[in-house]
Amino acid sequence: MAMFSSLRNWVDERFGWNELIAPLRKKTVPRHKLSYWYFLGGITLFLFIIQVLTGILLLLYYRPGATEAFESVQYIMTQVQFGWLVRSIHSWSANLMIFTAFAHMFSVLFLKAYRKPRELTWLTGMVLLFLVLGFGFSGYLLPWNTLAFFATKVGTEITGQVPLVGKPLMVFLRGGEDVTGATLTRFFGFHVAVLPGLATLLIGVHLLLVQRFGISVPPRLQAEWMAKPANQREMKFFPNFLLRELMAWYVALGVLGALAAIIPWDLGVKADPFVSAPAGIKPEWYFLFMFQTLKLIPSKVAGIDGEVLGILGFGVIALLWLLIPFFERDHASRTRQWITGIAVFALAYITGMTIYGHFAP
Amino acid sequence: MVAGGRTFTGIASALFLRNPNSMEAGVSTLNPGTLGKPGVTPVRRRKFIETLLGSGFLATSIAFLYPVLRYLVPPRALDLGNDSVVAGRTTDLKPNSGKIFRFGNRPGILVRTASGEFRAMSATCTHLSCTVQYRDDLQHIWCACHNGHYDLNGRNIAGPPPRPLEAFEVQVLGEEIHVRRRSEA
Repeated sequence: MAMFSSLRNWVDERFGWNELIAPLRKKTVPRHKLSYWYFLGGITLFLFIIQVLTGILLLLYYRPGATEAFESVQYIMTQVQFGWLVRSIHSWSANLMIFTAFAHMFSVLFLKAYRKPRELTWLTGMVLLFLVLGFGFSGYLLPWNTLAFFATKVGTEITGQVPLVGKPLMVFLRGGEDVTGATLTRFFGFHVAVLPGLATLLIGVHLLLVQRFGISVPPRLQAEWMAKPANQREMKFFPNFLLRELMAWYVALGVLGALAAIIPWDLGVKADPFVSAPAGIKPEWYFLFMFQTLKLIPSKVAGIDGEVLGILGFGVIALLWLLIPFFERDHASRTRQWITGIAVFALAYITGMTIYGHFAP
Repeated sequence: MVAGGRTFTGIASALFLRNPNSMEAGVSTLNPGTLGKPGVTPVRRRKFIETLLGSGFLATSIAFLYPVLRYLVPPRALDLGNDSVVAGRTTDLKPNSGKIFRFGNRPGILVRTASGEFRAMSATCTHLSCTVQYRDDLQHIWCACHNGHYDLNGRNIAGPPPRPLEAFEVQVLGEEIHVRRRSEA
C-alpha cells in the first residue's frame, strides 16, 4: 500500500492526478426504481472491450483471403488450443453486444434521456449503434462460409439499390462488381482497422458527454424531485455505482462464458461462388426484421421496385430516428408521448418481425 | 524575368509592409509609412495572403485526396469469359434437374426439363443477386434467399424478383452442351 501511495504521489506531483479525477469523485448517479437500466451502456462497453481483446487473439492466426480465410478459422477452431473458445466468445459477445446496444437505445428512449442538453450524446450513441451493426456485417463475412457469402451478396446489393450513390458505393464495398476475395480483404480492413478506430473515438466522446452532463433522470421523477427535494436520492458513482456496474459485468461475463462453452459457434461450409444459395438461408437475427420486411414487399409498388422503396423507407426511418431529440421543441410533453408511442411500436415491430422471420419458411 | 521580378517584389512588399508585431497581437496594425500609398490597403493585403494560403491548402488537399479516392475504386476486373462456354455434358443431367455452371465470372444455371430439353440462363437472381436453383418438385427455378420464382424461360413468376433472368442460347454438339449469350438484334 505504501508503495502504491508513493507512486500515486509521484504521479500527482507531475500530472495533478487528484485534480483530474476530482470530477469523477463528485459524480453521482440518481437512485430510483429504474436505476437498473443505467447498467446497459456499461455492459455494452464491457462487451466491446471483450471484442477488442478476443479480436486481437484471433488476429494472431486469422488470414484474410478467399483461399485461406475459411481454412484459418478452421485451424483456429480445431488446432489452436482453446481457439474454439476464443472464436466462440468473439461471436457470442458480438451478438450480445448488438442486443445490449439496442436495449440501451430503447431504454434511453423510454427514460427520455435523449432530451436537451443530451442531443449529442444521443447522436454519438446512434452512430455507435450503426457502427456496431457495421462490425456485425463485416465480421460475419470473415470466416468465408456460404451463409456469410450470400448475406454479404444480398447486403451489398441492397446498398447498390440506393438511387445515384448506390452503385459506386456497392463497388467500393465489394472491391469490384461481385463479392469475391477482394470483398473479404476490404471487409477485413473495415472490421479490424477502420471501425475499431472510429468506434473508440466515438465511445470516448460519448463517455465524455455522459460525464459532462451527468446521468439523466426521467422527466416525471425530475418534476417530483423538484417539488419535494427531500425525496431526491442518489449514490456516488465512485465506488458505489461502479462496484454495482462491475457486478453486472461479472454476470455478463458468466452468461457469455456459458453460452460460448455450451453452444460453440458453428463454422458452416466454405463459400463457393458457383453453388446455389441453400434453402432456408437467413441473415443474422439483428438484420432479420429488415430481411422479413423486404421479403413481404411486392416486387413493384406504384411502378417503383419493391426493394428500392423498402430500402429508402428504412433509410428515412433511420435518419428520423437519429434526429429524435430535435423534434422536442414546443409541447415537449405531447411530443414525448408521441415518441414513446413510436418507440413502443418500433420495439413491437422489430420483435414481431424478428420472430416471424425466424419461423417463416 | 523582369516581369517575374516585379511581381515578386509586389508580393514581398505586400507581405512585409505590415508591422511585425501585428502577428502577435492578432490585429493588423499599419506601418505609418504605407498609409498614404495608393492601392495598398490593409484589407487587400490580408485578403491576398488569405487567398494565397487558402488556395494553397485547397490544392494540397486535392493533391492528397484525389489519389486516395481513385485508389478506393477497384480496377475493373477482366471478364475472362467468352460469349460461349461448355456448360456440361448431356450425361451430367437427368431430366427434371439442374446445375450451376461458370459463365465467365458469374454463375449460370443449366436445366434439363422433364421433357428432356436443355435450357440455360443467368443464375443471378434479379432481386438481390443470390444464386438461384432448380426445384424438381416445382419444376421451375427458385431463389432461396427471398423466395423468388422463375419459369423455365427465366420469367419472374412469383415473389420479389423485378425482372426475368437473362436467358442464354443452348446448343448441343455431340455430348457437349454449349451455352452462348444471345446476340442483341
